[in-house]
Amino acid sequence: MNILVLIKQTFDTEEKIVINNGVISEDNVEFILNPYDEYAVEEAIKIKEESGAEVTVLTVGPERSEKVLRTALAMGADKAVLIELEEEADEYKIAKLITAAVKGHEYDLILGGNMSVDSGSSQVAVRVAEELVIPHVSSITKLSFDGNKATVERDVEGDVEVVEVNLPFLATAQQGLNEPRYPSLPGIMKAKKKPLERYQVEDFELAEDDTTARTSVRDQFLPSKKQNGKVLEGEMQQQVQELISLLRTEAKVI
Amino acid sequence: MNFQLSEDIKFLKQSIRDFIDNEVDPLAMEIEEKDEIPEKIMKMSKEMGLFGLSIPEEYGGTGVGMVGKCAIYEELGRTHNGYTTVIGAHTGIGSVGIVEMGNEEQKRKYLPKMASGEMIGAFALTEPSAGSHATNLKTTAVKNGDKYILNGSKHYITNAPIADVFTVMAVTDPSKGAKGITSFIVEKDFPGFTIGKNEKKMGLRGSHSAEIFFEDCEVPVENVLGEEGQGYVNALKILANGRAGLAARNLGSSEKLLEISIQHANSRVQFGKPIFEQQIIQHYLADMALDIEALRSMTYRVAWMVDEGMKVLKEAAMVKLLGSEVYNRVADKAVQIHGGIGYIAEYPVERFYRDARITKIYEGTSEIQKNIIAAQLKKQYL
Repeated sequence: MNILVLIKQTFDTEEKIVINNGVISEDNVEFILNPYDEYAVEEAIKIKEESGAEVTVLTVGPERSEKVLRTALAMGADKAVLIELEEEADEYKIAKLITAAVKGHEYDLILGGNMSVDSGSSQVAVRVAEELVIPHVSSITKLSFDGNKATVERDVEGDVEVVEVNLPFLATAQQGLNEPRYPSLPGIMKAKKKPLERYQVEDFELAEDDTTARTSVRDQFLPSKKQNGKVLEGEMQQQVQELISLLRTEAKVI
Repeated sequence: MNFQLSEDIKFLKQSIRDFIDNEVDPLAMEIEEKDEIPEKIMKMSKEMGLFGLSIPEEYGGTGVGMVGKCAIYEELGRTHNGYTTVIGAHTGIGSVGIVEMGNEEQKRKYLPKMASGEMIGAFALTEPSAGSHATNLKTTAVKNGDKYILNGSKHYITNAPIADVFTVMAVTDPSKGAKGITSFIVEKDFPGFTIGKNEKKMGLRGSHSAEIFFEDCEVPVENVLGEEGQGYVNALKILANGRAGLAARNLGSSEKLLEISIQHANSRVQFGKPIFEQQIIQHYLADMALDIEALRSMTYRVAWMVDEGMKVLKEAAMVKLLGSEVYNRVADKAVQIHGGIGYIAEYPVERFYRDARITKIYEGTSEIQKNIIAAQLKKQYL
């Protein structure tokens, strides 16, 4: 089986976000493999160990993103593809780039994280599936194969939906799918020798339309600091009236 | 001059840090209370490749060089020292003998299983009459056809209760003194070999030491490690090789103690302000940090010298000595900064304080390290 895993480098979930002039500061920030993508990588490696597969990992991002490819290779992936893109891009453009890189390769299964913990749009992977015209199943918690058919369990608001789907397809990993391994010492040393292909956006000779972002970020700000709560007192009737009035005048939600 | 760790080694260090922080450290109290390393942790540590640190890749290990080893030991030192010792005694003195002095057949036979952790290694030199006076061994080995017959006993043998392979020093020719000692690879199932009960220690819970006994124990001649009569030299080499690693473990423990001391000093309020505001506490913390930085520089410099193939007899002794002295000084100050809580077993400081003490004794006491340093100075200057 040929498996492609789409991954992204994100801020460490423990990092404090600092915004300077509307831009998120990357000074002294630790970057990690997006935790949901980690499930996707683990699942691919498990399939490889259980029934044999070649696992390719791919990311779009600045040069520093190479580090997460190395992490995935150290976990057990076979080869890596880095599409270098220093500037910010939206999901539309990233999906176009990935699709261009994937063209000409036959993947039986494409995995990605359910979302990235930074922008959290849950869009890139499913957009790629749409571009490639293959089915996609999002937010999966279990995956098993029977020949050319897969049975997938997906998380639907706390309930489970069971879906049958034919290969090739794309799935995005939800927490609970598996327990990702730590890159082992031999794995880290072997990762150095595994192939890593690099591409620039120009290498794909895409139409300008495809490499132009369709959305842009106008402003970024931190959530306002939580105010102290207010405890209403007095008769119930009086409290209700005061609450309605506060919701109208202070919170302005009704 | 470059003081940066390579990207690979930073990667290794980070992976071990994540593993230790998420999987091992949360169980430190359990290790302490039950006096054993949970099976799950042992299994994961083996999967991580931690047991093959000293073993070359061609024999199934991950040869990461001494700098790489020290970077990993530094991370291991940050958690329960009993856990660190189980791994350290195996990867250090427990397997280095076969790696360095073993012949091809011995390496093929033992190293792959030791690298995967299927076989655990131990080092058996110390005897009731031979501690610092290591040549005063009473265990004998007499050649009889294609076997040596070993008789005697050894004590304080770290990992003995869980070990499968022992590097054993025994006297083959009593008339030759140090040159009459030979080293052997002894498997736990060899006839006439038994392991005594666990010794009760001040600390390092979860890591067990025991006596071992040889009663007409039969060791095949092919299990002689190196040449006959080379056993004492082998033992010294194995011990010297481990010294930078011990320093790195002590560096990790000291760093951890500094970190928790800073946190405590910042949150503990007395006289209306965090005790961090007291100059005496600041000075304690500054002294700890200074000691730690000196130890870090020396540890990695000695490790680098080893990787460069330089002779490090004096420097290895110095860094072992500095490492254990720094760890003990830092642990003492950490307890003092913590006050009463530092003496209570529910908090890790008390455990580190007890575990620190052995580092001035095992694998060559502080006094012996000074002897080695002085002997090298004599050679160098007189």
